[in-house]
Amino acid sequence: MTDMPPPSDVKLGLVIDLDICVGCQACVVNCKEWNTAGYGAPLADVNAYGNNPVGSWLNRVHTFEAGQGKDARVVHFPKSCLHCEDAPCVPVCPTGASYKRAEDGIVLVNEDWCIGCGLCAWACPYGAREMDPAEGVMKKCTLCVDRILNDTLAEEDQIPACVRTCPTSARHFGDLGDPNSDVSKLVAERGGFDLMPEQDTKPVNKYLPPRPRQQAMDDDGPVDLVALAAKDEPSGFWKWVDQALDRI
Amino acid sequence: MSKQPQINTSPSSADRIAKTTCYMCACRCGINVHMKGDDIRYIEGNRDHPVNQGVLCAKGSAGIMQHLSPARLRAPLKRVGPRGSGEFEEISWEDALTMATDWLAPVRAKDPKKLAFFTGRDQSQALTGWWAQQFGTPNFAAHGGFCSVNMAAGGIYTIGGAFWEFGSPDWERTELFVLFGVAEDHDSNPIKIGLGKLKERGVRTISVNPVQTGYSAVADDWIGITPGSDGLLILSLIQVLMESGKIDVDYLIRYTNAPWLVIRNPGQANDGLFLRDKDDTPLVIDRKTGKTAKSSKGGITPELKGEIKLKDGGVAVPAFTLMAEQWMTPELSPEATEAETGVPAARVRQMAAELAEAAFEKTIVLDRPWTDWKGEKHDKMIGRPVSMHAMRGISAHSNGFQTCRALHVLQLMLGSVETPGGFRFKPPYPKPAEIHPRPAGRPDQIKPNTPLPGAPLGYLMGPEDLLVDEHGNPSRIDKAYSWDAPMSAHGLMHMVISNAYAGDPYPADVLFMYMANMAWNSSMNTRGVMEMLTAKDEETGEYKIPKIIYSDAYSSEMVAFADLILPDTTYLERHDCISLLDRPICEAEAVADAIRWPVVEPDRDVRGFQSVLLDLGARLGLPGMTNDDGTAKFKDYADYIVNHQRKPGIGPLAGFRGKGDLSGRGDPNPNQLEQYIENGGFWINHLPEDAQFYKFANMAYQNFAVEMGFFDKPEPYTFQIYSEVLQKFKLAAEGHGNTQPPEHLRDQIKTCFTPLPSWYKPFEDALTDDAEYPIHALTQRPMAMYHSWGSQNPWLRQIHGHNPLFISGELAAKHDLADGDWAWVTSHHGRIRVPVAVMEGVNPNTVWTWNAIGKRRGAWQLDEDAPEARKGFLLNHLIHELLPPKGDGLRWSNSDPITGQAAWYDLKVNIEKAAADEPQVISPHFDAQKSPAGLTKPASTLRYGLNIINAEKKGSRS
Repeated sequence: MTDMPPPSDVKLGLVIDLDICVGCQACVVNCKEWNTAGYGAPLADVNAYGNNPVGSWLNRVHTFEAGQGKDARVVHFPKSCLHCEDAPCVPVCPTGASYKRAEDGIVLVNEDWCIGCGLCAWACPYGAREMDPAEGVMKKCTLCVDRILNDTLAEEDQIPACVRTCPTSARHFGDLGDPNSDVSKLVAERGGFDLMPEQDTKPVNKYLPPRPRQQAMDDDGPVDLVALAAKDEPSGFWKWVDQALDRI
Repeated sequence: MSKQPQINTSPSSADRIAKTTCYMCACRCGINVHMKGDDIRYIEGNRDHPVNQGVLCAKGSAGIMQHLSPARLRAPLKRVGPRGSGEFEEISWEDALTMATDWLAPVRAKDPKKLAFFTGRDQSQALTGWWAQQFGTPNFAAHGGFCSVNMAAGGIYTIGGAFWEFGSPDWERTELFVLFGVAEDHDSNPIKIGLGKLKERGVRTISVNPVQTGYSAVADDWIGITPGSDGLLILSLIQVLMESGKIDVDYLIRYTNAPWLVIRNPGQANDGLFLRDKDDTPLVIDRKTGKTAKSSKGGITPELKGEIKLKDGGVAVPAFTLMAEQWMTPELSPEATEAETGVPAARVRQMAAELAEAAFEKTIVLDRPWTDWKGEKHDKMIGRPVSMHAMRGISAHSNGFQTCRALHVLQLMLGSVETPGGFRFKPPYPKPAEIHPRPAGRPDQIKPNTPLPGAPLGYLMGPEDLLVDEHGNPSRIDKAYSWDAPMSAHGLMHMVISNAYAGDPYPADVLFMYMANMAWNSSMNTRGVMEMLTAKDEETGEYKIPKIIYSDAYSSEMVAFADLILPDTTYLERHDCISLLDRPICEAEAVADAIRWPVVEPDRDVRGFQSVLLDLGARLGLPGMTNDDGTAKFKDYADYIVNHQRKPGIGPLAGFRGKGDLSGRGDPNPNQLEQYIENGGFWINHLPEDAQFYKFANMAYQNFAVEMGFFDKPEPYTFQIYSEVLQKFKLAAEGHGNTQPPEHLRDQIKTCFTPLPSWYKPFEDALTDDAEYPIHALTQRPMAMYHSWGSQNPWLRQIHGHNPLFISGELAAKHDLADGDWAWVTSHHGRIRVPVAVMEGVNPNTVWTWNAIGKRRGAWQLDEDAPEARKGFLLNHLIHELLPPKGDGLRWSNSDPITGQAAWYDLKVNIEKAAADEPQVISPHFDAQKSPAGLTKPASTLRYGLNIINAEKKGSRS
């Protein structure tokens, strides 16, 4: 079993806005692209050109419908490791490969020690870990630890690949341990929530809920347009046009 | 506690970063390609680039896999087996080019129109169109005719531009955004970036779309309209706005032809034409004097009603009077249209109220003085912050042109075109139809060994510009610019093979295609097209289409059907120019163009198609491509990009001309490409502040446009709500004028060519029995795929590897279908077996699927049991390029009768559950096609990045 470090002040993580995620999969593929040649072993793809191609990915977007009939709504739900404060995937690791960084709370796998037993994936209630089908080690979101702390990159690029590439700006990165950070403020303003709080994992990543659909009108009838002309009188419209031209 | 490992958090991501342009779809985003040695480490969006501002979509992010695809063709190929078999042998480029020249030279010497040269998702149409012109064939077009020509032409003829390349919402200022039928793979990153900005400001978005996918899913309001009825909804909205006085009268009289006088003289040759003075200037009624005045005169208020009696008979009334007469009728009331559109009347009125509120209660006023073309000075710019975007959903119908026009008219009624917060043009637009060239290719213009006098594609202004012979027969093989489709600005690519096969209007000797997967997802009636491509003349035993030359980078389905393959490079191995002469990438406040350049060298015997085309042009001795001594004028495409001039000072690229210091106009600069590369692969030049709005009427913009070389003189113009061009065709159909349509087309032209936007029922819908085919069927493009390119990509195919038919819960219940079931879908033309998925977010009477996921077995180097070939299907099998026979023996194209746009979305079907014992595989399920010579089966496990990781480890150890 692997020990957890004491909680860090810095809690790096993502804030994902479900109100604007259009499900385009940009973050999913850009993540794969960055990380397949980065931290640890490549993110392999088995049967790449065949039946049932399966690869390891660190981030996926699930699209589903919530609600029934006219209240149904398509939701795009990006999912990756939430870098939980009480990460259940860490203590279950028999080798110490699965660990949480003391300084910023990022949960990582030390692939050199990983024996591919899969216990951590079983322990994760979010399904956020994937066994690499070629290397046999556990892969998971690194929060792009090799970008966010990478001083060979321009400062503006020291963010996770998924955040940098997201076309709708639905993804935000920052220190959720600092109540004054932009991400913490966003969470406070928008009612950011924990995924499955009943699991007591205390996820660092937060989700911003979809805003309720605003129908400008209730079902009773249309907003009354300022009708300058009475609809029944054909002269009404032209009288209005006249007045409009007079005003020019 | 175990010790926390030390990790290297600062690995270098690149030895060099090459900035070029993406080609994973048609957006043309800027990309930074990170190179480690010879390996591509990473591709990210270029933050400085105007199109994508740093972001990159799923397709762009999967570029490495496309570049390394095992389906890449490796060398020129000559067919050795029967057509369609996929049996080829590799040949040298010299042999391939000699063969092509030997086929093409006699065609040019005898009858150049017997070459049909059609390019697909071609981003070099300025070159390919010019090549066709120099060859002398009118038979050139790219894929616009089956994509979205209605949107483009509807826009150009109405407001001098449309969406996407032509213009965009004023994302920073708009207060309401309305989407109509948007294909989510088009203009994809800009729209997504824009939606993000709107969400940040809390701006409402309404999406009108039968299907609730991506953008519709995050819209504040989703209106699941019945396909093909958008025009009715829009006209109802216009009616409600007019009735309630929520239209911008000041804007209409200043900037549109609403006040222009239209002659009303029923039965006469001038009926419906504008009343003009002796200088040919349209006239208005001066409200002060009650007399006619030139519409170009500043300082007057024109009348919107009234009547002028004409000496020669008839009267003239402002176009606005006709608008009121035609649109304020009971038939277009929301209550009358709701049955057809499926949108309740109350909701239409609500939407109109929202449009009105945003336009007139949230008016934007910018303190920016500007001067209009009539010389009037304005101290402010007034904005109506309603913006819209639309795409194939409204245009791929046989009533699409009129619907697209109606949408632009709605924008005009609100005063929101080219005003702050509204819809803004991107230079070199706005550019009205009249200043575009007319199409060349009348029979008298087609001569042996002679170029056409102009470009094959253009905009015509009346029947006199049609490309027909004295009997009214089409000059072009696709019948573009004929009475079948007079205003077909992008040609009719979907008719070429069908017409060449039928010899109607004539056969082709050589079919030459580029990036067009006509034997699969780019054709209606896919099986039929395969048969046409392989059909032989019974007497001679020769193929009905005698020679087919095809260029593609990949082993697509079409490859198997060609006689000669010219293998293209990938997008990272080539030069390209994203030119202002073609489909530009400008922004509302800036002019921009860009290049591609070889970031990596090809490891195969392939050549960029554009370089090959120039080589072929020189071998054929085409003017402009050949020196006086007969040698090639251009070494390759890069040489052409730098040194070709359309007219003195104007070339493919507008940036870094002269000594590198000139923009727009200037001598060729030998260092131009280097300067583009240094600048991040693109060039951008910002508009002066006073030129940024009202561009069509704004002298500061007009002068800027002349300086940049868009025009040679200022070309201000008036928006055309009332289209005299359409009326001219209608008059011809009524029997006026010398150029007369064939009898069988008269009624159709009279019905459809209304000078004010109107709605008529989509043709297939009108011609099929509602009881037999009660359900609408259509396709959507997923955001993570671009036509057939995507599903060869090992990363993208894990996202969309097969496609179910999505049906509403209501339909599912009716047909006893559940997720995972299989169903038969039947149309008037075909029957397919498909997997089913149930969803609520779809118009209850519409089924849909993702487009172009399905693959033919054996193509694209996928295994034969790939899900794309077993559970991925094309709706194309149900769609015919012809309408159901009317019993007159004629071949009626399944297209918009005005532009020839392929009416993909008119499809009507029925569904029934497949029997439990049927195989769970799609039908039709074609035999496998063979991999072309030289391609090898790829390794089944892919571990991309291993080289880079190992090199990094080695490096850090040493």
